[in-house]
Amino acid sequence: MATGLARYLLNRVFTLFLTVFIAATLIWIIPRLSPVNPIDAMLGRMASGGGTIENSGAIMEQLMERFGFNDPWYVQYWLYIKNTLTFDFGLSTNSFPTPVAQMIGDALPWTIGLMMVALIITFIIGNLLGALMVWEHTPRPWKAVIPAMMVFTSMPPILSGLLLMYIFSSTLPWFPLNGAYGIRVEPEWSLSFIGSVIHHGVLPAMSIVVVTFGFWALGMRGLMITVQGEDYTVLAKAKGLKKRYILYKYMIRNAILPQITAFALKIGMLVAGQVLVERIFAYPGMGKLLYDAILTQDYPVIQGVSFVIILMTALAVFLVDLLYPLIDPRIRLGG
Amino acid sequence: MSDPTNAAAPETAAPDMAGLTKRQLKRMKRFDNPWNNPKLIWGITLLMGIVALGIFGRIFWDTDLVFTGAVMPSQAPVGFENLRGQVGLASSPLGTDVAGKDLLALLIVGAPNSLYVGVLASLIGMSLGIFLGFTAGYTGGRVDDVIRVGSDVMITIPPLLILVVVQASFGDITLTMMSLLIAAFVWQSPTRLIRAQVLSMRESGYVQMARLSGASDRHIMFREMLPNLVPYLFGSFIANVTTSIVTAVGLEVLGLGPQRVPTLGRVIYDAIDSAALTRDMWWWWGFPTVLLMVMFIGLLLINLGLDEVSNPRLRRL
Repeated sequence: MATGLARYLLNRVFTLFLTVFIAATLIWIIPRLSPVNPIDAMLGRMASGGGTIENSGAIMEQLMERFGFNDPWYVQYWLYIKNTLTFDFGLSTNSFPTPVAQMIGDALPWTIGLMMVALIITFIIGNLLGALMVWEHTPRPWKAVIPAMMVFTSMPPILSGLLLMYIFSSTLPWFPLNGAYGIRVEPEWSLSFIGSVIHHGVLPAMSIVVVTFGFWALGMRGLMITVQGEDYTVLAKAKGLKKRYILYKYMIRNAILPQITAFALKIGMLVAGQVLVERIFAYPGMGKLLYDAILTQDYPVIQGVSFVIILMTALAVFLVDLLYPLIDPRIRLGG
Repeated sequence: MSDPTNAAAPETAAPDMAGLTKRQLKRMKRFDNPWNNPKLIWGITLLMGIVALGIFGRIFWDTDLVFTGAVMPSQAPVGFENLRGQVGLASSPLGTDVAGKDLLALLIVGAPNSLYVGVLASLIGMSLGIFLGFTAGYTGGRVDDVIRVGSDVMITIPPLLILVVVQASFGDITLTMMSLLIAAFVWQSPTRLIRAQVLSMRESGYVQMARLSGASDRHIMFREMLPNLVPYLFGSFIANVTTSIVTAVGLEVLGLGPQRVPTLGRVIYDAIDSAALTRDMWWWWGFPTVLLMVMFIGLLLINLGLDEVSNPRLRRL
């Protein structure tokens, strides 16, 4: 068993590295298949910003050299892999000469903060509602209300975002329309700043919560039904334990395990899934960074953000793979 | 004990000869034919309604003329006032956008397009998923490793990236190309799930029994395992249609879908782009959103219904 586990672990760690490596290679190749030259796009923006640019040919040549686009592909690839390993993603072509790593460093906390809060809220609400859907002592009104709330399930968060913006920002001016904090607030550790961040974060977080809690509720519903018929639940009832005690300590506790695996996977998808929400709320996170980079053909930023997304997702998949055999022993180790 | 079916039955209902109330009899009949499931029927009805809108809408509504933006721009729906205080015209019952395109015409053409992308992408993704999942789970070893790494890689890469490059290369993409692209991102989830199912089935009693009695691999795969996966595959397919539509709509709303074909996501993109939200042109983005919600509710109901068909324990609830 011990050697089996060690082999399984080693296999998974190897897979993790291989996955990240292949994916990193792909995101290096994919943008290069595009016919649009990033330096062209960059000069185009310069020209539209400040009239005509003299000797643009020379500038272009210099920039091509600066970004290493003149090197043979294997040199470019080697440098890319070498630098990526040290999280050095080069300089942005769009907001030249800001280092990409710095832009990611600025954006990442916003995305992770917003998404973790949203994820934890949905996980709790969704699982609780899913459990209540099955529990035989759920009050009648709840049994009718919960399925009705499912209306929003599996809607793209951008649509719930639009609805929430319309209701709570345009019609009722309760929350700001965009940004992560107020224009007149200095980003510092002060109460007014933190308050502003929370005020600005409510709608984006809500738009994610509203569309994802149903995913957890439905999953929990299926799991609870299995738990309901188990001997230990029957025994707990026969012992005359309190109804709520049985619900929390016996049923939910046993049903929630596979949900936790799903939770790990969702953490990985966190960045990728947020592009839309950040776009419409103009929230300064990774999603918006990626979207803007794509619009401006900013290769270094695209590669940097994609790499961070890849790393996070691959790590989450790795974690799930480790947890899975613990939850379902029928999945054999080693495979 | 505390059986919810008994507790729910009205006491006044007359018991028949077997001592069962009418309500219980009705329930029993439903058990006889699991496909006669209200959720399933409602879900299919909603989706058929959208398909019908696409078919009959084209017959009864002039979808060509209003495309070009020939009608009054920024017109509110009938019974509402637009920004200039004019009451909506009967010639465009759901209002028009800033270019004067008729919303009803956009919905009639756009809704089936969104559905088409979802179904096609899901069909391709599912076929790949079944094939790869079975191969990985049943064969194991190196083949399994290759498929797993491949699916891991695809999970990690953001679809946005590939779409943008394809668009830059082709100038514009068609609905079918969009479906193919999305299919490249929805095959790994069924692959993973089917692989897990096959792995756990491989250890189950009936498969081992079949193997002991000398059945061939082909027999075990197609006769013993596949039938057990069928109800589950239906559910996975519908879930995939939803994911595909969500992905497609998401990309379209970012302005990255087909440029010249109207889709629901594209209409919403135009609305956001023209600041419809702050200009209070709620009908512009509101109607496509509602239609998409109807679509998602339909798919959700079908999925819940299928769950109940394949898992009888759910039917008691």
